[in-house]
Amino acid sequence: MCQVCGCETTTSVLVDGVPLNPGGPASPYRPVQGQSLLHFGMGPAHAHAPGLSQEKMIRIERDILDKNNTYARSNREWLAQRQIFCVNLMSSPGSGKTTLLVNTLQRIQSRVPVAVVEGDQQTSQDAERIRATGVPAVQINTGKGCHLDAHMVGQSLQQLQLQPASLLFIENVGNLVCPAGFDLGEARKVVILSVTEGEDKPLKYPDMFHAADLMLLNKVDLLPYVSFDVARCMEMARRVNPALPILPVSATRGDGLQDWIDWLLAGVQGLRQGAPVESSGVPAA
Amino acid sequence: MHEMALAESILEVVEQAARAQQCTRVTAIRLEIGTLAGIEVSALRFGLEVVLAHSLAREARLDIDTLEGEGWCMRCSQNVPLKALYDPCPSCGGYQIQPLRGTEMRVKEILAL
Repeated sequence: MCQVCGCETTTSVLVDGVPLNPGGPASPYRPVQGQSLLHFGMGPAHAHAPGLSQEKMIRIERDILDKNNTYARSNREWLAQRQIFCVNLMSSPGSGKTTLLVNTLQRIQSRVPVAVVEGDQQTSQDAERIRATGVPAVQINTGKGCHLDAHMVGQSLQQLQLQPASLLFIENVGNLVCPAGFDLGEARKVVILSVTEGEDKPLKYPDMFHAADLMLLNKVDLLPYVSFDVARCMEMARRVNPALPILPVSATRGDGLQDWIDWLLAGVQGLRQGAPVESSGVPAA
Repeated sequence: MHEMALAESILEVVEQAARAQQCTRVTAIRLEIGTLAGIEVSALRFGLEVVLAHSLAREARLDIDTLEGEGWCMRCSQNVPLKALYDPCPSCGGYQIQPLRGTEMRVKEILAL
């Protein structure tokens, strides 16, 4: 297991270099106090041993990710009220997420107001690449964490001056495992797989491909040089997620980017017309 | 995935529930983990050992109930057992399966003094 997986306190989580919520709760995973969620029942009690006589069975019945999901619901409501179409981009490191995003922004920013939340373990290099296109971006550094959570994203929403009826990208930490389980409040989850990674990734990392609403198959310009069976990859992805739409793209050469941009604009338009904002992907729990 | 973060969340849920009942010691924790939830139970046990060590649940017995996966096969129109998200339907061999059960991860109950 990853022994550093999200286990640190928020002090090492930085938003544009500033500690996340300094002085606030020690961990983003702290569940809310919810008396109405507790069901109490008396267990076997040792009635005659004073001081040790009160062993109680306390029924809790609470989802372990409940706190994150509470933050995610609040993000989703906040975004929906402003008709902001939020897309959570997830992939392994090196799949070309940032390059794809930069080239997408250059093509789409004249069509719709857009902003970016960048997640990386360290550095703000990606946010700087985004800002170079003229699009506002905020960088979240997760420190030791391997995924963004809804609390981090909620804080970053307050830092960006987001326009109503706009498009918001969240570029998650490069990781095909943990980000699948953490709902951020996005409208859609998009997974990016590149042809240099191997066609069996959907079966090796099924939670991610199961949670996704769209898969982009990136770097198709490299297909002549690598051993990658596109049809087999798509077939494997649809074993895990039978209804998954898949768009082959090349971020550098531009193949398929128009289809991707049409998909994004349709999402923005759908939200303006009151389409549901719940991501159809089911988080891992 | 992220078992250490989940262990911290579990401790938080347990502490809040215990304190709400003015309890000072937790003697048992019962979790319900689905086989499709993406949780490595041995890693979670390890994470909980570390996280619970200095808490009011440091001596708690840990019971983990496993929920087997189950899905709805669209081709067969019936529920089928599902060991992994990419498993074919045991009846028809197809992959048009919607998971119904086994993705849960919950803190069910605690015993507290």
